[in-house]
Amino acid sequence: MGEKIDPNLWSDGAQPQLMGGRLPSGQIVFPMPSGDAAEGVEPYKLARRGKLWSWTSQGFLPKEPYEGPGSGPGEGPPDFQPFLLGYVELPGEVIVESRIVDCRLEDLHLGMELEFCIVPFNARYDTFAFRPVAQAESQAA
Amino acid sequence: MSENVYIIGAGIHPFGRTDSRSGREQGVYAVREALTDAGLEWPDIECAYGGSAAAGNADIMVNELGLTSLPFTNVANGCATGGSALAASQQAIASGMYDLALAVGFDKHPRGAFNAKPSDYGLPEWYGQTGMMLTTQFFALKIQRYMQLHGISRTTLGRVAEKAFRNGTITPHAWRRSPVDLDTIMNAPMINDPLTKYMFCSPAEGAVALILASEKKMKELGADGVKIRAVAVKTRPPNSFEVFQAGISIEEGGKPTVLASKAAFEKAGIGPEDISVAQLQDTESGAEIMHMAENGFCKDGEQEEWLANGWTEIGGGKLPVNTDGGCLACGEPIGASGLRQVYENVTQLRGRAGERQVPGTPRFGYSHVYGAPGLSGVAILERE
Repeated sequence: MGEKIDPNLWSDGAQPQLMGGRLPSGQIVFPMPSGDAAEGVEPYKLARRGKLWSWTSQGFLPKEPYEGPGSGPGEGPPDFQPFLLGYVELPGEVIVESRIVDCRLEDLHLGMELEFCIVPFNARYDTFAFRPVAQAESQAA
Repeated sequence: MSENVYIIGAGIHPFGRTDSRSGREQGVYAVREALTDAGLEWPDIECAYGGSAAAGNADIMVNELGLTSLPFTNVANGCATGGSALAASQQAIASGMYDLALAVGFDKHPRGAFNAKPSDYGLPEWYGQTGMMLTTQFFALKIQRYMQLHGISRTTLGRVAEKAFRNGTITPHAWRRSPVDLDTIMNAPMINDPLTKYMFCSPAEGAVALILASEKKMKELGADGVKIRAVAVKTRPPNSFEVFQAGISIEEGGKPTVLASKAAFEKAGIGPEDISVAQLQDTESGAEIMHMAENGFCKDGEQEEWLANGWTEIGGGKLPVNTDGGCLACGEPIGASGLRQVYENVTQLRGRAGERQVPGTPRFGYSHVYGAPGLSGVAILERE
């Protein structure tokens, strides 16, 4: 396990949860605001399961401040590893933008069941992602 | 009561790449073109508004144009820089304070996708570090969902790009002047699924200047003016889905484009059916499709039929859209892009668009710009 890319992004423990915030109005937001904007906002642990709201692929090396594969000294586009990302609707809470792992682009469809996970990002950091819920487990849930 | 405002001069520096000129020099070039078009000299201009996103302050242009002591306000409003400059100069004349105003926008960006700093947008660093802070991803995510919900095909995305490049071939100020066929567009490398390389516009260079006048001044000069019927700029309402959002509300919110469009139509006292030619923000193919509906020209999903039938082509029968090839063929110098749309409508309404002239006698021209962090500007022009 690497370091968390942001110490406050998800909760620790065996079943980590992404950290959102609950506004005084009751609305759930992501990420948890910081600085003055955090006043009156209660940290809120987001659901670990959600449904795919939209998706895309990242096919080219992003410019800085990207720090993933291909961005390091002496690295370039050939070192880049394309990835999938999307928005995941956490029922009754908020729609979060996330990497999507352990599946292929052609498998993705609106409403598909996804679950939260932690994945290695680069030599130093881990980041968060969502992955498909295994079929059997999905039916059992 | 506010005064009627007319655009009496329009100038453009060709879009694309001009290594020999800085962004601001391209701005000066466009201002001189606009002055010539209006039959004016620089000292005639009473106030100016302008800016760029990446090519410096506009007010420095007085070094080249002349030190006439006019008030020159720099505008730094991202993708809406041009739209905001137009709105400010329109208000300066509508208020009765001035009779002649300049709106100018220019830019010069490095090659490749725009990069943005999370802190500039109030976002945590991880959002940029992990590769989520890309405008191209937002556009792909928005059109992907829209296609699923409203039955838009990938071919329709391709047709939008094909039309843009075709219109670019007959537009002197366009960057991309060669046609690209549908197969090439569809089979090009995927940038962000479902959008291929040819479906995205590129950062570029270019400049546009417009000279605005009161009705009294226009008549006094005997100038060839196009009336500004309405200008509306709106920022995002609650719960909207915009570029650079790590989280979005589960409640579906409003859209800045819908708000700006409605406000402009209301001010103009006309509806989408009255528009003869439209320039809609086409940062990529999907944006043009969604903006056709957000601006009220068709219902969600009808774009499939519109594009298949060529209804947005010049002479296509319904509504010519992005007659100069839009951002896809012209590229996107951020500070100039919104004003390019207005320049194109002025040219079309004056009947001076040459090979790309829309048929008949177009009366109303509509332009729409959208940008980060969720704002839209709409301008409706009229040929009286």
